[in-house]
Amino acid sequence: MADGTSVPVGAIASGAAERPRSSLKKFAQQRSTIAFFLCLPLILLVACFVIYPAFYAIYLSMLNKKMTQFVGLSNFAFLLRRHTFQLVIFQSCLFAITSVVFKALIGFILAHLMHNVPGKNQRIWRGLLLVPWVIPLALSTLTWWWMFDPSYSALNWVLERFGFAGVPWLGVGWIARFCTITVNVWYGTPFFMIMYLAALKSVPEQLYEAAAIDGAGPVQKLFFVTLPMMRNIVAITVLFSLIVTFADFDIVRILTSGGPEDMTHVFATYAFQVGIQSGDIPLGASDSLFMFPILAFAAFFVLRGVTRRSKEIAA
Amino acid sequence: MSATTFGAAENRAINRRHSLHRQRLWALYGSYTALGVFVVMFLVPPFYMLMTSLKSSAEISAQKGSPWIVHHPTLANFWYLITYPNFQNYYLNTVIVTILTVAVSMTIAVLAAFSMARMGFWGSQTLATGVFLTYLVPASLLFLPLFKVIGWIGLINSYWCLVLLYPTLAVPFCTWIMIGYFSSIPKELDEAALIDGAGYLQMLFRIFIPVAMPGIIAATIFAFTVSWGAFLYPLAYLYTSSQMVLTVGIVSDLIRGDVFEWGKIMAANVLASLPPILIYAFLMDYYVAGLTAGATKG
Repeated sequence: MADGTSVPVGAIASGAAERPRSSLKKFAQQRSTIAFFLCLPLILLVACFVIYPAFYAIYLSMLNKKMTQFVGLSNFAFLLRRHTFQLVIFQSCLFAITSVVFKALIGFILAHLMHNVPGKNQRIWRGLLLVPWVIPLALSTLTWWWMFDPSYSALNWVLERFGFAGVPWLGVGWIARFCTITVNVWYGTPFFMIMYLAALKSVPEQLYEAAAIDGAGPVQKLFFVTLPMMRNIVAITVLFSLIVTFADFDIVRILTSGGPEDMTHVFATYAFQVGIQSGDIPLGASDSLFMFPILAFAAFFVLRGVTRRSKEIAA
Repeated sequence: MSATTFGAAENRAINRRHSLHRQRLWALYGSYTALGVFVVMFLVPPFYMLMTSLKSSAEISAQKGSPWIVHHPTLANFWYLITYPNFQNYYLNTVIVTILTVAVSMTIAVLAAFSMARMGFWGSQTLATGVFLTYLVPASLLFLPLFKVIGWIGLINSYWCLVLLYPTLAVPFCTWIMIGYFSSIPKELDEAALIDGAGYLQMLFRIFIPVAMPGIIAATIFAFTVSWGAFLYPLAYLYTSSQMVLTVGIVSDLIRGDVFEWGKIMAANVLASLPPILIYAFLMDYYVAGLTAGATKG
């Protein structure tokens, strides 16, 4: 009996609510359809030229040189046994880690110096310091090469003026490694500087005042106020720079093209030499795939930082 | 009595303020000095580039006096390059590729960012994160499989392949910048527009793009920088000088075997670096703001 009376009530209620709800639904549906189509170019671009080639690289790496036969993991095994490739792994890690450490340190010092300078002058100094980062890397590396040139070395001229012997900059393995790292630090430091400078500016002044009232000195302010406040941005900048530096191609390719005795090859330049110049695309692909575990490790941390950030924005 | 103590206290306060002032001044001078040293170190290569570009081949090979100073400045290198058909070609190709890349990248990025920041659909949040993650698959991992892909499309040794590939380098970050700027626009604005009967595209063009102009400038500069200076893709895919762009053209055409015409190479460097330097000189503030906006929020 209660059912009998309740049914028409429900029917009336649902009938009244149905029209607005369904049009709202249609509106939302239409909205998300348009939204999807606006994203479609992006999805297609990434799918065709990033995701597909990435998986295709995995497939390629398991073929023989003529790409006629499936050989499993033997390309990877072959590479790992080669002395040259062991050098490549070592140099890639040395290059990336040393460069990033120096870039982060010098960038941090520069950002602090810059923070001391009053606002109007800051623009000029920042502009001057950003120049290395503005010139296309391939071209400025060419200039560095010219400075390192053995017969006309401008750097050796300076050294000889001060009574030192000239240095064979790009002719000896470890010195050449040092040179590639120097160029990378020179190029990448300005990026760290502007990121850190922005982070420094976002630290509220009250925190420093409070620390000063509590009797904190400059060192304590640095370690207990500045660094904790900058932690996020430092982490993101370092991780990104690590990825970019790890995948770097231009500097080593132009400065040494891997020499002397393959001591400066990194993954990218070695993949280019094997894959394009010697025409062994599968071997080159398996070489460049060695970058992936390290990048995936970085990806994990970046992803964590990014999701935390988007949560903060949502909150 | 009271007058003297008051005077002493005041004196002490003045002294302290003075020394504080002096301390701060010294810190400022110290900062300027240190910055000056860094600026000199950072500007050595560009300076040397400019000096060499003004030297004649004879002066470079004579090796007399300081290599850091030009003794008989000449514009012969620049004149040679400006009238050199190959170099004109590289410049023109670079300009075409860059303009098209920027246009394509910005169209894709703005549409996608608007959709993800404001409209949303099932999975759009995941897509935003996924787009960001494409940076973890760098060009140096993709260029070999892409060699095959570009071969299938038939664009090996044609600069049109760069117009297809460069957007993959620029779009993720541009989208990321634009999402940040679009999300900062108050929701009331688009609600008002919707009530007034505006469609989504009208909303995008009449409200979002004008309001987010600083972000658009920042993203455009980023796309420009990427496509002007990229080196790996053109080096791997372009062989003839009619198709080459500046970075590859300078490296492979002006260096013939063992003959290094450094004066010409450096002059080419100067000419090729000018557009980015000019753009940064005028629009640096936008770019730095766009670059750091995303990071400081997190």
